[in-house]
Amino acid sequence: MASIRIDQVRKRFGALQALDGVSLEIANGEFFGLLGPNGAGKTTLISIIAGLARADQGSVRILGHDVVTDFRAARRSIGVVPQELVFDPFFTVRETLRMQSGYFGISANDAWIDEILHELGLTAKADTNMRALSGGMKRRVLVAQALVHKPPVIMLDEPTAGVDVELRQTLWRFIGRLNREGHTVVLTTHYLEEAQALCSRIAMLKTGAVVALDSTAALLKRISGSQLVVRLTTGSLPASLHHLLSHTEASLDTRQYTLRVNHHDEVEQILAQIRQSGLAIEDLQLHQADLEDVFIQIMGGRQ
Amino acid sequence: MTGFRTLLYKELLRFWKVATQTLTAPIVTAMLYLLIFGHVLEDHVQPFPGVSYTAFLVPGLVMMSVLQNAFANSSSSLIQSKITGNLVFILLTPLSHWEMFNAYVLAAMIRGFLVGLGVMLITLLFAKLSFVAPLWIVLFALLGAAILGTMGLIAGIWAEKFDQLAAFQNFLIVPATFLAGVFYSVHSLPPFWLAVSHANPFFYMIDGFRYGFFGYSDVAPLTSLFVVLLFFLVLSSIAVTLLKRGYKLRH
Repeated sequence: MASIRIDQVRKRFGALQALDGVSLEIANGEFFGLLGPNGAGKTTLISIIAGLARADQGSVRILGHDVVTDFRAARRSIGVVPQELVFDPFFTVRETLRMQSGYFGISANDAWIDEILHELGLTAKADTNMRALSGGMKRRVLVAQALVHKPPVIMLDEPTAGVDVELRQTLWRFIGRLNREGHTVVLTTHYLEEAQALCSRIAMLKTGAVVALDSTAALLKRISGSQLVVRLTTGSLPASLHHLLSHTEASLDTRQYTLRVNHHDEVEQILAQIRQSGLAIEDLQLHQADLEDVFIQIMGGRQ
Repeated sequence: MTGFRTLLYKELLRFWKVATQTLTAPIVTAMLYLLIFGHVLEDHVQPFPGVSYTAFLVPGLVMMSVLQNAFANSSSSLIQSKITGNLVFILLTPLSHWEMFNAYVLAAMIRGFLVGLGVMLITLLFAKLSFVAPLWIVLFALLGAAILGTMGLIAGIWAEKFDQLAAFQNFLIVPATFLAGVFYSVHSLPPFWLAVSHANPFFYMIDGFRYGFFGYSDVAPLTSLFVVLLFFLVLSSIAVTLLKRGYKLRH
């Protein structure tokens, strides 16, 4: 059975078609990435899965439970880390986590709460009021709240936005462990290197529609080879090299060119041609194509 | 611990942690009303035969405190959670609309009761009260608190800003309670305003509540009970429907 099954979901806010017939299936145990620019509909989709918003059309099932008609079972199956840094200023960290457990019908949860606190580096803050925590610490509590009921599916909406390196590492170590233990993880992020490193499969969303859905490895294969970034001191690139120009990136710098390179020995030929044209190179970079290049190509390709 | 009990506990803890503002302050306010109006009117007004004005005023003030604080509790809790965004922690859980309704309204009732009890205990120092029909007192206090807790819930769901909630409170709840015969017997009013008072559901809550103390009331207590029950049924079905549909809560 699929962990999450999204079927033809549409959602409109006034004149804005936020989701335009999205279908996706996320398998059990996957580490799944949901990527897309701001306004692509990622958070709307997450809200519909979490029951915070309702689809105009289509359906969502979590472990077979419909999020509307069987909302209690669906919500027990999923833990959601919201994007906004929200907290209840009346309570301490431990009170917050105990109450969150209680909402899910779990009474004696201290052993698991202690483990989450430990794993997220919150043990020392357990009896601190939420108001007194730094932004990073509040973010950790948000993650902890999503995990109190040991949900089989964990959904994180940009959990590392504006977060320091230490927390990012702590978070991914813990979430990685949960994923290895069988929890399904769905992640949205703007840090594509993070998605590339963590996610086994990725869906890309653009203006409310899925524009790419594939394994991370297969997506990376779409851009083969590397890119050579050349910055000339004066003049422009010889016409004989124009066919190598990469269209994935619009450069602000008119003297800077990005060229596709399939084999490293092509680099020498390119440099030779530039020299023969009497041009001088100011700066030179060679980089391996990554998920960001794929993302830019896919997002740029259907404007 | 069930979801309902946790939400109830959270709602109680929320006002308990700021008890100075949520319990002590309204008790002091009610005391001020009693001292000032009792002092000014004690020798001039006798609403029911053999009942002094101060004694008449006490049940009205107690009920007004119960009503206003029940409303304040559910409405401010909801609007705060909505505006700060932490309502999401409740919306993400398997809590049903009935559990939410029961927890919010019961917590509001308990706060109303605590304030009402505080006002009553302190006023016993100033006025001799009789308790002719204690069951009616409890019944009307229960229903009144439940109604205002439910109204608070509806107002909290509907309002998007503190401003709108303040309007609801200042232009609806406060006038309706003040004009419900807290400070006077409606029979002292000219016929037109008497009729208007009879259209105010709050009047029946206070009148029925006062009957429990003196055995006197402006309308028959059974009539009041019927009106108050009906009002509660209508409001609670509205509130439960709004929660079920996720009106202004789930988009």
